[in-house]
Amino acid sequence: MQDEPTPIELTTAVADFLRNDITPLISGHQAFKLRVAINILDLVTRQLTQQAGSDAREVERLRALLGVDGSVTDLNGVLAERIAKGEVDLATPGLADHLWATTMDKLAIDQPNYASYKRELSRGE
Amino acid sequence: MIEAELARSATRWCPGATGVTGAAKLSGGASQETWRFDIEHPDGPIGAILRRSPKGYGAAPTRAAGLAAEAQLMQLAYEAGVPSPRVMHVLTPDEELGTGFIMQRVEGETIARKILRDDEYAAARPRLARQIGGVLAGLHKLPQDRLPELRSRGATQEIDEFERDYRSLNWPKPVFELALRWLRDHDPGPSAETTLVHGDFRNGNLIIGADGVRAVLDWELAHLGDPMEDLGWVCVNSWRFGEIDKPVGGFGSREELFAGYEAAGRKCDPARVKFWEVMGTLRWGIMCGGMMQRFREGPDHSMERAMIGRRASETEIDLLRLLAPRES
Repeated sequence: MQDEPTPIELTTAVADFLRNDITPLISGHQAFKLRVAINILDLVTRQLTQQAGSDAREVERLRALLGVDGSVTDLNGVLAERIAKGEVDLATPGLADHLWATTMDKLAIDQPNYASYKRELSRGE
Repeated sequence: MIEAELARSATRWCPGATGVTGAAKLSGGASQETWRFDIEHPDGPIGAILRRSPKGYGAAPTRAAGLAAEAQLMQLAYEAGVPSPRVMHVLTPDEELGTGFIMQRVEGETIARKILRDDEYAAARPRLARQIGGVLAGLHKLPQDRLPELRSRGATQEIDEFERDYRSLNWPKPVFELALRWLRDHDPGPSAETTLVHGDFRNGNLIIGADGVRAVLDWELAHLGDPMEDLGWVCVNSWRFGEIDKPVGGFGSREELFAGYEAAGRKCDPARVKFWEVMGTLRWGIMCGGMMQRFREGPDHSMERAMIGRRASETEIDLLRLLAPRES
């Protein structure tokens, strides 16, 4: 077992330091790069917080949809292949719901401010 | 220092020029180097832009038209009244500036977020979708017998190429697979008419002022093909920057775009435009994947590239909105 503080606590501390203490000192292209760096840390923190839950839900849906077992990576490979072969499509019960749920979970980590995501979120899942 | 080479060049082809000042590399334009500078002249400084072949990497060489073709297309567009910078000089090998060309600098804004939000462009914004339709019509009417040699691409070849690009990433994405199937099922086949296609006509490649579109830039992906491709690409959600209910670059509606296009004497095919919008959304998603791959394999190990890789999921939600919209 690794010691604490946790990765989430560490990335949060670094992001807060950069945001609050360093941002006011920096301008121009370096300020742009600093914003990118802070965005990365925020993304990593969201992923560390949310990935376990979203992967578990994704695997559960994929097992039901595909009737096979495996890791989240393996099962995505199987689904991709079945769509490519035309064995599964939007008429397949559960496929659209699965892709929507998976994509919403990805956006929640990657780009929670993306306008399409916010619009779909506001539909109330 | 690039100024010395630029000064030697400018004094040769620009009568009266005495030197060059203020050379600065511009950010943006990931695939080719772009520099701004001023030519010193007794009548006052002349704003100029140098575009030259990349030292890093850019668009896949098979897709790029090449800088010589780009210069020729911009010149043709300028002469035909399509908003375009005037090409002043095509580089020769003895100038030691690489390959490329120098054009007159057009003042204005390319940063979409500013164009979509700043007061300065408030009067232009409601007119832009229709104006863009007119600009595209002018571009598609450029005389084909005067065009440089360009690759020719129809819908089927484009699907094949994107599928190859996607598979080479070894990055299984069920939503992309779904989009590829949809594209195969809805492939409209060869278009009735083949024209010049700009290939990257969107926010970021347009210089916009308070009066509207002032210049169309970045012709490196120009080719011959289905003119509806340009209309679909400019509608891809990734260029709306939050204004998702205004499909044409966040400015306005498809209807306004089509009206501007048809007012200039050309016909629209909305079903084809939709096909190219789906294709364009997938295309940008695969390009994000390419960014991820280049980030991993270097030498550009930049944070920006890494983060663009993580933007592929934006195209996944946009593809789902196009192909499997949820009941409201």
